[in-house]
Amino acid sequence: MFKQLAQPDRPLVGIVLSGRAVSAPEGEMLAAVLLREGFGPFRTTPVGGRERAAYCMMGVCFDCLVTIDGRPNRQACQERVRAGISVEAQQGAALLPVGGSKA
Amino acid sequence: MSASVDLAIIGAGPAGMAAAITARRHGLVVAVIDEQPAPGGQIFRAVTDPAPLPASVLGPDYHAGRTLAERFLACGADYRPGSLVWQEEKGTLDLTGPDGQQSLTAKRIIVAGGAMERPFPIPGWTLPGVMTAGAAQILLKTAASAAPGAVFAGSGPLIYLIVAQYARAGVPVAALLDTTPRGARLKALRHLPGALMAPSYLRKGFSLLAEIRRAGIRVISHVEALRLEGESAVRSVRWQAGAARGEIATGTVFLHQGVIPNVNLAMALGCRHVFDESQRCWRPERDRWGRSSRNDILIAGDAGGILGASCAELTGEIAALATCADLGCLSQDAAERAAAPVFHKLRHESAIRPFLEALYRPAPQFLAPSDDDTLVCRCEEVTRGAVAAAVAEQCPGPNQLKAFTRAGMGPCQGRMCGHSLGETMAALTGRSPAELGYLRIRMPVKPVTLGDMAGPTEEERNAA
Repeated sequence: MFKQLAQPDRPLVGIVLSGRAVSAPEGEMLAAVLLREGFGPFRTTPVGGRERAAYCMMGVCFDCLVTIDGRPNRQACQERVRAGISVEAQQGAALLPVGGSKA
Repeated sequence: MSASVDLAIIGAGPAGMAAAITARRHGLVVAVIDEQPAPGGQIFRAVTDPAPLPASVLGPDYHAGRTLAERFLACGADYRPGSLVWQEEKGTLDLTGPDGQQSLTAKRIIVAGGAMERPFPIPGWTLPGVMTAGAAQILLKTAASAAPGAVFAGSGPLIYLIVAQYARAGVPVAALLDTTPRGARLKALRHLPGALMAPSYLRKGFSLLAEIRRAGIRVISHVEALRLEGESAVRSVRWQAGAARGEIATGTVFLHQGVIPNVNLAMALGCRHVFDESQRCWRPERDRWGRSSRNDILIAGDAGGILGASCAELTGEIAALATCADLGCLSQDAAERAAAPVFHKLRHESAIRPFLEALYRPAPQFLAPSDDDTLVCRCEEVTRGAVAAAVAEQCPGPNQLKAFTRAGMGPCQGRMCGHSLGETMAALTGRSPAELGYLRIRMPVKPVTLGDMAGPTEEERNAA
């Protein structure tokens, strides 16, 4: 389990992780918040349904894929904390929302 | 939206930043595209807005990157953070970023996409809680976040640095399982004269090891086998070193066995690559200025072969001078004169590499798994056993493995398995990774949606 050694100089904003409201430093890498908050597996794999979580933290491995505000396949290590976002673990293969709902 | 520049630089680490500063100094119109929200690359990640830790935790080498980042931000390049290049055709780059879909035409491109950590395919390496040592460092640099009680396993300068950084920050480390093979020191010894050309690297290395010892961290040397146990997350690490073996309970494991060039972009651009036996990885072919096999593309920094951050800055500067000469804003003579002291410094700074390459050459059992159930391709969940079955059916190389097993065809586009597939097939066939070849990497070089490819709709265009 990760912990924050010092409070960053950023405003705290409310976000929702799997339905649970938490506060997080605005602009921080989302994956860091998920790791500290004990979010658990970030996704299950489309092939074997196995649990995965962040591995490389630099955009290479694509194991940190989560669903943000209904939009799947977002790399949690490349996303930033924004007020009010809702994050869900991604289960298996993601279906892209139809209808041009661009985040 | 479309724009035109003399030089597009992809990546804002030390190589990309130095290239931009140099090219701007000679009057080129420069754009710099980078995935991160701030300059620095991975080595100087978040250096302009570092985590609120005492400066001693990350150390002076890290904080020194701030000067370069500030010079870069002031150099007048069109800097595009948070953007990624997904396609290139005849000098026109397609990118997605904060302003949506854009294209950019450049007379020359410098690829400065940096390195990634060498994959570490051992049993259990895909379990949640297992990450790379680089990931531990990124979490420290960007979010002041650390995992007390973690186990670090592997070899190479970065793993000693991050363990020392944890110790400085007062974060307990359960153990460092050092996989540097017995006998590696002896093999490295013949490269010692070169290493002594720049003794500061050796001094830093020794002081890191001393720091780890002083902190009282449990270090187990010459670890020959590792197995990560757990069901839905890692629970423990089993290790074996000679006749000794043990199991350490932990929820976090950081793996590391060196870094390799992140080859996908240069390969997708069609630059010819070679297998570097000394670094045990693929890297692009370059002349001494960084020019690739494509005459409009240069490659700088660790994307072209691992030399480390200070050399990346120098090769960035050299590639920019070559670009200036190629585009006629510097004569060949002037470029040679400007580059001479940089080449001199590069020879000096890179003299340690043969020593490090010999000392931290990964052990064969960590390059290719021997256990049939171990995953080689994480995305498509292709095991060593499946690769062996394809080899038994005469599959000739990693690229053909795609058709046999789907290895390399998941969202990471072969980044995490490319080298391990070659190593696994090499171990199975007795041939070298050089003979077996690599995955054929194609555009789009990053996964994008069809919406991104199509660009803005009529409505969105009108609204903009």
